[in-house]
Amino acid sequence: MTIFMFYLMAAIIIVFSIMSVTSRRILRAAVYLLFALLGTAAIYFMMEYFFLAAVQLTLYAGGIVVLIVFSILLTGRIEQKFEPTEARKALATLAAVGVGLGVTLYTILKHPFVGNGQAATEVNMRVIGKTFLNYGDHGYILPFEVISILLLAAMVGAIIIAKKQINN
Amino acid sequence: MLEGIPLIHFIIVATIMFFVGIYGFLTRRNLITILMSTELILNSVNINFVAFNKYLYPNQLEGHFFSVFIIAIAAAEAAVAIAIIINIYRRFTTINVEDVNQMKY
Repeated sequence: MTIFMFYLMAAIIIVFSIMSVTSRRILRAAVYLLFALLGTAAIYFMMEYFFLAAVQLTLYAGGIVVLIVFSILLTGRIEQKFEPTEARKALATLAAVGVGLGVTLYTILKHPFVGNGQAATEVNMRVIGKTFLNYGDHGYILPFEVISILLLAAMVGAIIIAKKQINN
Repeated sequence: MLEGIPLIHFIIVATIMFFVGIYGFLTRRNLITILMSTELILNSVNINFVAFNKYLYPNQLEGHFFSVFIIAIAAAEAAVAIAIIINIYRRFTTINVEDVNQMKY
């Protein structure tokens, strides 16, 4: 059952990613992106990283996609269809992407991935919170503080950039 | 660890998603769809981090926390990018990258 669900989610992710970058209607592309991100959240749930899956759902699917949909509604008509990509350019890009995909897949299929074989730690909210605010070994207090400053700076910057300029 | 699913399948899914994102990044002509392709790329990297964490180093949580930080940075990046896109739309009344070719005003 889990195996079937994994391959179903993998198919959903790949199909909706491809539809998201090829769809000619921008709002549909945003909805396909939402489905690809939901498939990723389902994979995190299968791996039993529940906190990460919840963050993926709320921040990516709930936050970023809604932000993108809002900006689509603010910057143009939704029923507008894109020009199809020129065949020559699409083929050239497809060739470049195919070569990159081939090289990458060849490399990772040849590489032997060897784990350290230790028992898995339990991932619950207590462990996550303690690791985030731990300043000893395997602690993440510094990146946690830096990311909070980055988020504040991004928020202020976004407001300043998007503000209407009154001069002239 | 998920029973019966090898690590390589996760990495193959993430790799295909990454290159689909790159295809969209190179062929799209609308700034918002380019931003959506970037989100696909970042998301595929997250899958890789989490799969490596789960299968190779299950006693630590390095990949898990890297993914959380990447999601936070993606949120900040999307907010700033959309502010820039709205400003561009206000100035040029288009967000097509071929029509926005003026770095001065």
